[in-house]
Amino acid sequence: MPDYSWPAPEKRRVMGRRTNRIDGLTKASGRARYAYDVKRPNMLYGAVVTCPYAHARIRSIDVSAAEKMKGVAAVHIFDGSAPGAEVQWAGYEIAAVAAETEELARDAARAVKVEYEVLPHFVREQDLQKAAAYAKPSGEQITGDPDQAFKEAEVVSEGFYGTPVVCHLTWETHGQVIEWKGDQVEYWPTTQAVSGIGPELAKVLGIPPANVHVMQDHMGVGYGSKFSPDRWGIACAKIARQTGRPVKLFLERRVEQEIAGNRPSHFARIRLAAKKDGTITGWESQSWSTGGMTGGGMPPIPYVYTQIPNQRKNHSAVRVNAAPQRAWRAPNHPQACYLTCCAMDDLAARLGMDPLELFKKNADYTARPEVYRWQLDKAAELIGWKKLWHPRGDKTPGRLKRGLGLAVNTWGGAGHLSNCRCNIHPDGTVEVELASQDLGTGTRTVIAMVAAETLGLPLGAIRVKIGDNRYPFSGTSGGSTTVGGVSSSTRKATMNALEKLFALAAPELGAKPEELEAANGQIQLKGNPKKAIAWKAACKKITGGPISEMGQNDPKNPMGLNTGNVGGVQMADVSVDVETGLIRMNRLVVVQDCGLIINPKTAESQCFGAAHLSVCAALYEERILDEITGRMLNPDIEFYKVAGNPDIGEIIVHLDIRPEHDKRGVIGLGEPPVIAGIAAIGNAVTNAIGVRVPVVPMTPDKVLAALERRSA
Amino acid sequence: MSSVKEPPQATTRPKSRVSRRGFIGGVGLGGGALGTGLLPLRAPAAPAALAGPGPVAVTLTVNGKTHKLNLEPRVTLLDALRNYLDYTGAKRVCDRGTCGACTVLVDGKAVYACQILAIDAQGKNIQTIEGLAAPKPDPLITAFVNNDGLQCGFCTPGFVMAAKAFLAENPNPTYQQVSSGFGGNLCRCGSYNGIRRAILEAAKSAQGGTHA
Repeated sequence: MPDYSWPAPEKRRVMGRRTNRIDGLTKASGRARYAYDVKRPNMLYGAVVTCPYAHARIRSIDVSAAEKMKGVAAVHIFDGSAPGAEVQWAGYEIAAVAAETEELARDAARAVKVEYEVLPHFVREQDLQKAAAYAKPSGEQITGDPDQAFKEAEVVSEGFYGTPVVCHLTWETHGQVIEWKGDQVEYWPTTQAVSGIGPELAKVLGIPPANVHVMQDHMGVGYGSKFSPDRWGIACAKIARQTGRPVKLFLERRVEQEIAGNRPSHFARIRLAAKKDGTITGWESQSWSTGGMTGGGMPPIPYVYTQIPNQRKNHSAVRVNAAPQRAWRAPNHPQACYLTCCAMDDLAARLGMDPLELFKKNADYTARPEVYRWQLDKAAELIGWKKLWHPRGDKTPGRLKRGLGLAVNTWGGAGHLSNCRCNIHPDGTVEVELASQDLGTGTRTVIAMVAAETLGLPLGAIRVKIGDNRYPFSGTSGGSTTVGGVSSSTRKATMNALEKLFALAAPELGAKPEELEAANGQIQLKGNPKKAIAWKAACKKITGGPISEMGQNDPKNPMGLNTGNVGGVQMADVSVDVETGLIRMNRLVVVQDCGLIINPKTAESQCFGAAHLSVCAALYEERILDEITGRMLNPDIEFYKVAGNPDIGEIIVHLDIRPEHDKRGVIGLGEPPVIAGIAAIGNAVTNAIGVRVPVVPMTPDKVLAALERRSA
Repeated sequence: MSSVKEPPQATTRPKSRVSRRGFIGGVGLGGGALGTGLLPLRAPAAPAALAGPGPVAVTLTVNGKTHKLNLEPRVTLLDALRNYLDYTGAKRVCDRGTCGACTVLVDGKAVYACQILAIDAQGKNIQTIEGLAAPKPDPLITAFVNNDGLQCGFCTPGFVMAAKAFLAENPNPTYQQVSSGFGGNLCRCGSYNGIRRAILEAAKSAQGGTHA
């Protein structure tokens, strides 16, 4: 068996270099075809009819007018949406229509008459007392002796913190194009699961999984919301089967925001007990959250500082009439981080202590104290903490107040199950095939880089084939597991293929196969570039079809190629206008440990993007449900605010790639940097204005309300 | 504004004899693009002819090529490009003039294609990302790639077109001008750092800009 381990850093020629993504030109030229762009001959356009009420019973559905309309090919009633059915959230799919044009489909959707018996609803969970009837306590969790700890505490701090529900808001909305060819389904979804989504659809349709052909070259992000075919995918397949025509059915923006995924809210009252020197001695929390009708689970608190002794934790899952939560980039971590790091920041203020010192002092409660201490110092250096930090409340005269804040993160990110096939053809062409997907993270590019590194070829010599479930199974892209999985399987497949090629080339070089290496476009004796044959000449010896070898990443035995568990620190620098309540981001520093980095350029982009999402959640994003109607008030991008280019300030990324991290192998980076920014910004605002804005997003009205409380 | 002939297909007309187009013409708005503030406002020279509600003949000039289409007057320029032609580079994301993913150039000005009706884009020079990409990619496109000014890439064509118009007006922008002044497009992946660098690199290569 070949030695699959990664080449030593100094020997890498391709990996570790800042490399342009190989599909960048296709995307920036507008040539990249997303599912939303797929157009098939004779294709029908679909539109979805949804329930306008947060809680209702369907009395009747009359599709006769819609069916008679010119250009309408089919009206389909969703499974589970027949008269008599109870609907538990607004936006629930009732019917879908398919017509010759999108305009006609929308007209027909409006012509579907649905009568409802409107039932009482509940949609606002922020006040736990008001939500009591809908809250389900999950039972008290106790470690140590919290009563004693709080009794003996020299200092106790107390606070309330909250993060509301936010939407995934995937730029490419959810949907698909489906075309039947006999009993075969041609399926163009927008998905994080090229390998996984076909069998799911097949099961519902009652056909063999092999009959579903999934194709996806590019996708306009998922953030955890795009794993399943969903009800709209099943409806689309059924309409396509019924009409015998290809059907394109995508959710309009409003519906995408109402039902296609959201991140659960988390609120908590937290008490911390401590000694005067800043050592935390106790934790008490009463938390609650919602992710729709099932409520929301307890966040992982205390976050990162998991080993705080003497804890009492209570949590309630609050049921609201809203569509179910979905995984959202680092599920529950940003919320848990916000609750924990804000409470710790408030404790530091209560102690009159610099929070940087408090976070460092208690680092032994984390799983990796040395990493966090180092990263806290590094981030402090990058943001100029020593010079710019001040005790709460910027005393500078004038309306602009500046402040700094910090928070910490952790994540897993070990590689998923992935299979790769490497084909080396007699003409020298190399293909690597995986039924994986590139969400915009740069997956295609890292696969090419690993193959090029292993085979001693230039990047352009590798043909990466992903996005098709006819290639070998590779896991879904969730939990930052993709890069570890695909890089490891690609490494193994390309080494296995290379071993075969060595066997063919060895006789000509008068050497044993194990004495050979691939470098600089040739097969050569190890360490002797002069004793070599060119790549193409070696490949000419391949007979009877290409060399075709598999490689697998088995998550139970990653063989040192990938691993999990990372730490990171983020620090924010903000200015707050105390007259208008507007917050301006000055800087956000991202320090992240991330194992072996294959492509620093796209790795940094992950951090930039994640940090930007933290700004969105800290200052802008919130799903607002109307108490009276139960409907979402901002299901669009005008009133569901996200940060734009002028809003994010400067993001400074430092990848912690010290040799001890490189040695750990590849670790996923999609999620960890999205966690700590919200808390860091919250703490920075508190540092600037001297009072906490407890619930994000910190919109001007909330900032002004907090300032009023301070002066009251 | 170009006038639209009575469509042969349109056998029924609203009794009030008010169509959306007639209404828009009557109140003197320049198509649907007022919200972007980017198209010159022009009062119609003559009362606008009624069009629709059925499909009407529409001629669009896209990247110098003439396309004759038959579509309903309510079809936006964006949907005409994507659904009735095959220019899918412009993307539909918000569909209401917020995000800029559908940005195209109309007579050289950046326009949200979801905010203008196809019938109002007749007689104008429409430039899409496809026109900027072929036969040779515009240096702005390569600058986006070089600086990783994209991740999922869904918003990227709109960003490139907006950046093209931005640089036409500001050939030699400073970093500060790019970071605070380029705000009409949104990227959900948060590729703004790379986008800023890309615009500066393109300015440098095209204009001999000095700020990159």
